[in-house]
Amino acid sequence: MKQTTEKIIELNNITKTYASGITAVSDFNLYVQKGEFVTLLGPSGCGKTTTLRMIAGFELPTEGEILLNGKNISTLPPYERPVNTVFQRYALFPHMNIFENIAFGLRQKKMASGIISKKVKHVLDLVDLEGFEGRSVNTLSGGQQQRVAIARALVNEPEILLLDEPLGALDLKMRKEMQLELKEMHERLGITFIYVTHDQEEALTMSDIIVVMNEGKIQQIGRPEDIYNEPKNVFVADFIGDSNLFNGIMTDHLKVRFCGGTFDCVDDIEKGTHITAVVRPEDVIITNPDEGTIWGRVDSVIFKGIHYEITVICGKNEVVIQSVNAPKVGEFVGLQVDPDNIHIMATGDSTNYFMADIRPDFRLEFNGKHLDTSVTAIISGSSRREDGMLVNSLGDAIDPARTKIMIGIHPKDITMTDQIEEGLIDGYISNLVYKGDHYSYVIHTEIGQDFVVDDEYLWNMNDHVGLIMPVEKMTFKLK
Amino acid sequence: MKKTIRPLFIILVLVFLYAPILLLILYSFTDATTIGAIRGFSLHNYVTLFTTEELRQMILGTLWLAIVSAILAVLLGTFGAIGSFYSSKKINIFMSSLNQVPVINADVVTGFSICILLVEVFGIDKNTFIPLVAGHTLLCAPFVYLSVMPKLKQMDPYLYEAALDLGATPFKALNRIVIPQISSGIISGFALAITLSLDDYFIATYTKPSTFDTISTYVVNATKGAQTTIKTALWALCAVIFVIVVLVVTVSNLRTMRNSRKERAGI
Repeated sequence: MKQTTEKIIELNNITKTYASGITAVSDFNLYVQKGEFVTLLGPSGCGKTTTLRMIAGFELPTEGEILLNGKNISTLPPYERPVNTVFQRYALFPHMNIFENIAFGLRQKKMASGIISKKVKHVLDLVDLEGFEGRSVNTLSGGQQQRVAIARALVNEPEILLLDEPLGALDLKMRKEMQLELKEMHERLGITFIYVTHDQEEALTMSDIIVVMNEGKIQQIGRPEDIYNEPKNVFVADFIGDSNLFNGIMTDHLKVRFCGGTFDCVDDIEKGTHITAVVRPEDVIITNPDEGTIWGRVDSVIFKGIHYEITVICGKNEVVIQSVNAPKVGEFVGLQVDPDNIHIMATGDSTNYFMADIRPDFRLEFNGKHLDTSVTAIISGSSRREDGMLVNSLGDAIDPARTKIMIGIHPKDITMTDQIEEGLIDGYISNLVYKGDHYSYVIHTEIGQDFVVDDEYLWNMNDHVGLIMPVEKMTFKLK
Repeated sequence: MKKTIRPLFIILVLVFLYAPILLLILYSFTDATTIGAIRGFSLHNYVTLFTTEELRQMILGTLWLAIVSAILAVLLGTFGAIGSFYSSKKINIFMSSLNQVPVINADVVTGFSICILLVEVFGIDKNTFIPLVAGHTLLCAPFVYLSVMPKLKQMDPYLYEAALDLGATPFKALNRIVIPQISSGIISGFALAITLSLDDYFIATYTKPSTFDTISTYVVNATKGAQTTIKTALWALCAVIFVIVVLVVTVSNLRTMRNSRKERAGI
């Protein structure tokens, strides 16, 4: 597949901000090699479709450049780009028959009608719709319309085929068939495919390279196996496949402790580092209690067709397991994980930082509320002179109007409350990830700052919460 | 009780709607000179209608006016709607509200103000037909806009993008994809424009050349006059118009029924 290492398309520092102020894609960097099948994968609203639309030319990037074969095409209109799109809901022209739909692109190139008929027939063969030329669009099933949409794009022999969730409207069985068919078509034609989907299984099945996106940013680029086995961060681990995420700590060389047990692992990370461990449900082995690394009681067993989904409570942690053998609910079991199957991510600094103002009376103010501390207490060595001027340890004046204080607070030190007024600031829960013994939340606030909060109780997505931040837990820095 | 009231009510409504026009049709086939005294069956009203040069000129002139102003209104209204649809939301709302005003505004105001602007201020001669055609176009264009806009909103927005993606310039995409998609709105806008122009009295009286008459202005003048042969011939004209309208409505309803059946069969 990847005979050449020629870059067909490059997206350099692409940012897209809409007039409404919403940034859909920020600082996006990606190159695609000729003939690759690349999938942009992420939840809805992650900017994947916007990225595709910028490649197609329907949207122009606010910043950055798009290079096609080394040539800048950032501002070229869609009809001058040698790329074609398969739209989510097909967008076939209802007033034209199948032949005219497919011939539309060729007619724009003023091709002779003999050649057009030949090419249309050829692509109809390719998508297994021989003899459909005269049919009208609305007599076709969803799957057939999808094939026509693919044929309509392919007939133009594009350098890149863009596919925007093309299988989203099909039923499960049809979707699985089309996945394999698309993959096979890609291998046969050698055209570069850029595919957008929110379905991680689809991405894993079809792609050479997966680009995982969230909130307009690339989370990880890699081969499907790498993305699945070596997720770079909590988001990727949680989004791709089912996974158990546990907070833990490296206790020794190749030894990690989480969930109340110490496991052998293969990731060489410095002792003492706080980590998040990812364990896939199918990688947890249920054993006799005395053979397990950790122990727990079976909480629930759900039959899922191919396997059972088993939940085991180990102390404060909940472990999800997939297995073909089911223990009984309430049974005491041991759990083991093969060292190869524990993926460890060093926890990045998850401390929240935000800026506070200094009021004229030298108290701190944030979000219109004052903090119960004074500047002199937090800037070491500072003092107030008799004339009211604030000076630092060297005796230089600090101008409150031009000085800001950066406050840091750890996610576990923030408490969420339903009493909105009690919080220093309020916002809506936009993201939550279960981390074994607690949930990690992201709270979007009106002022555009996001806060990460850890809480052992389950709150709902989009809950409106106030954030209580005790001053004694804060760290302060002069800016 | 309920069972007898329900059909009775409908019959009452229908009688109320159709009795006057049926009476007129009945009289058009007699030689009566005034309503009230039927003397005998006669086709002389129809003979007069189709043989009197003055009447024929007037009818043809009215039709021409309707067709020309409807075509102009369709062009203005359709492109106005497309332009406003693809503009920013603010402009779209602003344009659509501006478009509402002439729709609701009284025709007498529209007619009078066009007369003042074009004839008095710009000094355009009424005999050029420009004020009349402009007046009728202005009358109809907002209605075309209103019948095209919903079709644009119903259209799959990706069709236009798909056309661009396949190499069509914006102009070609508009021509080959968008216009065919909204054609039913354009056709109904055209039909609406024709009937509005045929119906209009006020704008025509203020802007028409003095020697030209539309059916409306002619009928108003004739009923005031003393020429009974012409007056009774107009009964025949009313009957003809009514029959044409009934035919058009029936045919178009039958076609919609057939189309919807076909669509259902297709799916």
